[in-house]
This record gives sequence, structure tokens and C-alpha cells, in this order.
Amino acid sequence: MNYFVRKFGFYLVALWAALTLNFLIPRLLPGNPVDILLAKLQQRGGIVSPAVRRAYELLLGGTSNESLIAQYREYIVNVFRGDLGVSVTYFPANVIDVINASLPWTIVLVGLATIMSFVLGVALGAIVGWKPGTWLDSFVPGTTILAAVPYFWLALIFVYVFSSTLHLFPAQGGYDVILNPGLTMGFILSAIRYGFLPAITIVIASVGGWLLGMRNMMVSTLSEDYILTARAKGLTNSRILRTYAARNAVLPSVAGFAISLGFVVSGSILTEQVFSYPGIGSKLLSAVQNNDYALMQGIFLYITLAVLGANLVVDLLYGVIDPRTRARS
Amino acid sequence: MPNLPPGTEPSIGDSPELLATENAELGVEPRSAWRSLLPTLTPPLATGLSLTGLIVLFGILGPFFVQDPTVIRDIGLTGPSAAHILGTTQTGQDVFAQLAYATRGSLQIGLLVGVLATILSAFFGIFGAYAGGFVDEGFSLFSNVILVIPGLPLVIVISGFVPQAQRGLWTIAIVLAITGWAASSRVLRAQTMSIRDRDYVAAARVAGERSFRVIRVEILPNLLPVLASQFIFAIIFAILAESGLSFLGLGSAKSLTLGQMLFYAQNGFALQLRALWWFLPPGLIIALFGCGLSLVNFSIDEIINPRLQNARLYRKRRKLAERNAS
Repeated sequence: MNYFVRKFGFYLVALWAALTLNFLIPRLLPGNPVDILLAKLQQRGGIVSPAVRRAYELLLGGTSNESLIAQYREYIVNVFRGDLGVSVTYFPANVIDVINASLPWTIVLVGLATIMSFVLGVALGAIVGWKPGTWLDSFVPGTTILAAVPYFWLALIFVYVFSSTLHLFPAQGGYDVILNPGLTMGFILSAIRYGFLPAITIVIASVGGWLLGMRNMMVSTLSEDYILTARAKGLTNSRILRTYAARNAVLPSVAGFAISLGFVVSGSILTEQVFSYPGIGSKLLSAVQNNDYALMQGIFLYITLAVLGANLVVDLLYGVIDPRTRARS
Repeated sequence: MPNLPPGTEPSIGDSPELLATENAELGVEPRSAWRSLLPTLTPPLATGLSLTGLIVLFGILGPFFVQDPTVIRDIGLTGPSAAHILGTTQTGQDVFAQLAYATRGSLQIGLLVGVLATILSAFFGIFGAYAGGFVDEGFSLFSNVILVIPGLPLVIVISGFVPQAQRGLWTIAIVLAITGWAASSRVLRAQTMSIRDRDYVAAARVAGERSFRVIRVEILPNLLPVLASQFIFAIIFAILAESGLSFLGLGSAKSLTLGQMLFYAQNGFALQLRALWWFLPPGLIIALFGCGLSLVNFSIDEIINPRLQNARLYRKRRKLAERNAS
């Protein structure tokens, strides 16, 4: 079967699995989400008509005596219509609108930080692996310590040192609240200033993994025959490093990039909590704290969609840069 | 100018056997076959083992020797003193006593998740790869799907649906194990595939051994280093993930863990009030423990991928050469 067709098929299955998980979790776990949600809705001044109750029961399961299969069918139809219910926390906003407003913040912050961390880690790893047995080796245990530190703990210390004590960066938020969000120069500069510290903490916490993976692959690649051939041909060291060794050694890192995206999104929830960043992670948390099950489910669905989409793109790119993956299938 | 590698010296690219032989000529005994299953006691490994050992001892024995961590006193947020080695919390509880109990709690979670996740990954990885065909395709698809579904959001959603009163140690451990086994199952599958087709496994099959016995006797011993390494990864993952969950207020409500301590410290504005003795120790214990386990893992990695030994053997050889020359 064609490599690309197979990949598409796989992500369709993964998407279906995510939707099904989203459908099953509230129905299998203890607690009665529909009643809690409706009570909250009433507190906020929402009107609980039978239609509203029915909509929530479809999302979360409930007392209705309809069969699970029928509920499942209607749930899927509702999801594809983009109807994820009304958020209780941000009443009367729709879940979709809450998500759309916060998603760009997370994508820009986490996306940029991840790419920076990947490039930096792979470059450092290539250099460390190229010269084993020198002082550069001490990078490896050094970054391991960073990878073992609880991320939020490190981030809080950064806030303490750079914001509270040195007053170099703002401690909380995504932009200066006196500005109106929009594509103006002042707003973008403010967003960069507020995003700097969160981004740096993400890079510091995740660079070690890339460095270690790349270094290990470099050490393995250096014993390949084509490296010996390249040396015998008298090529310069920097050329061997870049075009022969690093280029082959980087392939597993690229494949790992896709998988790491899931972890990155997870990490961003903690980032956003520490920095009170207006992204999707902090929305997920406030949804959990307020028992806003509809928003919770909607955000989980969106995060999964984003991660699956990004994975698909990386996989397709990988098929282009490494011809062996296409040949194997 | 062409940049030729220097003459006859073994390069980093040579096989570990060659480097080991070279080292033997310089006066170091080569290792016997069974010893090569155990990691060499290098300085990083020694550091890792002692760090891990000390923290495990602290978690096991500490709670027997410290004060009651729940006693509330009227000396909130006092710094370290003789009576309270690490000072007190906002409500006057002894931080050192809490640290001992919390370390025990976190180690419990780590161990539970480590065992559960390793069992799950071994089942799906080893059994699937050994069975082959339809079962393998199904298991592999399943673990790949679990792998791409983002873990922490899923854990948060699940914890959100479980009422707080019912969130115990086991709930958290099971949820973390379910979301954390997939990556190592993939590694185990790849390793099993390469072992499955070797002659001695085929011989055992032809001799009519049952599948379970072939896996246990012929395949599993070869996978021990990989399993050990994955087990250690699972422990690190679990302790870090649990601390994250607790920090978000979604941890186990019934037991004290290092993450819970950090949660209370953060909610008590420990950093803003400069109560570093309260905020720093729990994070440091997690970091040192994770770091110790990672150092142990480096040494296990050298057994799984012998080429990684090159870097160390290479350095050793240079040192020996220098010593012999002088």
C-alpha cells in the first residue's frame, strides 16, 4: 500500500479513537456530569429547557434510556456539525468560540518554542556526538538534570528570579491589558515581551531530550562505512559532519518530533497555568475547576485534532526526506 | 587541505570489541561474557545509583524518624532552625517531616505506575510482536493510536470527571499507566521482532515449546536491559506527571506527594514570601531522583546499544595511552 495512503488511514483511525474516548469517558466514570452542569447553568442565569438538557445528555451521557449506539451516532453528528455545547464558565459563550479565541495564543507560543528547542537541541547534539570524549560530553548529564526537573517548578523559579526580583519580564498574562488585541505594532511587541519568559522555560526544559537523542544517533552513525569513505576521499571535517553524519543521524529526531508534539501540548498546560497565559491550556484548567464538562470535552477534542494534524504533516514530510520509508511499504 | 584521520589509531567509529581489545593491550582486562550484561560501574552510574539509593532510603525510613507532618503550630513560615531543619509551612507544619512522607508517596506512585506500565507495554509489545500477523497489526495500531493522543490533557479530562473524594493513589496510578505505556511498547516490539527470527528461537518452536515458554525462556532474558530501561523511564515519567497533576490541583486527594507539597507551597505564596525552604526541597528531590535514574539509564543504554560504549572506551584509551607514555 502507498505510504501516504497508509498514513492517512492511520490518522483517521486515531481520530475515530479520540472521538470515541471523548464519548465514553464521561459515561464510564463515576459522577453525574449532566446534573452538575445544569445546576451550574441555572446559577449563571441560563434557562434549562428540555432541549438544553438533551444536548448535554448527548455530549456527556445521562439518564436517558436510549441505547448507547444511538447516543453515539447523534454525538458524532453533533461533533461534525461543530456543535460542542455552551460553556458554563464563560456563559453564554459557545464552547467553539471560547476555543477559537484561545487557540492562537497556544499555537504561536508552543509552536515557536518547540521549533527553537528542536533546532538548538539537534545542533548541539550533532556537535557533542561528533567530538566524543571531550569536555562537550558534560552537556549530556547537564541537560539530563534539566529534563528531570519538574517543569512548573523550574518555571516558577524563573518567574521568581526574572520577574519578581529582577523585574526584567512581566510575570503573568499574554499581553499588556491596556492594549486592545489586534495586529498593531504595539500589541505584537507586547505579546513578544510577555511570551519571552514562557518560551525560554519551554526551550530549557525540552532541549535535553533532543540533544541526547541526536548525540546517541551521531555516535552510531559515525561507525558507518560511508563516513569512513567520506574521510578517505579527503573531505573536510565540517562537510562530513553536516552532509554525511548529521543528515543521517537527524532522521529519528525528525520522526520523534511528531511524537513529542503531544508531550509539548501537555507541557503547555503547565506553562499556561504558571504564567496565567491566555491559551487553551488555562481554559482547560478553568473548565476542570468549574466542572465545565462541555468545554473540557471540546478542548480535549481540539488539542487531539491539533496534535494529530501536526503528526500527519511531520509524517508526510518524513516520507519525502527519507525515501526508505516509502520503499518499505 | 585534505583532512585525513590520524594513522592507525582506532577511531570512534570502530566496534566496541576492537576498542576493548586495544584497551586490553594497554593493560585493562576485557570483561567476561556474563559481566557484559551488567553495566560497567562508571562514575555516572555510581553517582546515579547513590542518588537514587539515598532518596529511596529517605522515602522508606524517613517517615519513621520525623515528627508528625500534620501537626499545626503557631509558628507559620519560620526559617530553618534546630527544631525544624527545613523550617515550617504557612500553618506551622514541619517541612522536613512533610518531605519524608511526600517522598514516600511519590515513590509509591512511581513504583506502581512503573510496574503497571511495564506490564502493559510488555504484553502489547512482546506478545504482539511474537504472535505476529493480525494480532501484531492490531496491537501495534492500538499502541500507536494511544501514543498520538496527547497524554496530559487526557489525564486531566479523566481526573476532572472523577469526583475529588474518589481520587486516590490507585486512580492516579492507573490513569498514568494507561496513558504512559505506549512509547515503550513500540521499543519492545522492535526489539522482539529482531530476536523472534533468530535460529535458537526457531529451534525452540520446532521442538514444540509452548509460546509462553518460548517468550519467557528464549526471548525475555534478551529483553531484560530494554525492559529495565523502560521501567526506569516509566518511574521518572510517573513522578513528573503526578507532580504536574497535583500542581494543577488534580492529584490524589488522600495521600501526600511531592507534587502536593509544591501545590500547597504555591497556594501559600511560598515564593512570593521568600519561603524558599518550603518551595525548593520538594522540587529538588524530584529533580535529583529523576537525574539519578537517568544516569543509571545511560549505563543501561550502553548495554542495549554497544556502539554508545565507544565514547567511553575511546576516552579511556586516550587516558591510558597518556599514562603509558609518561
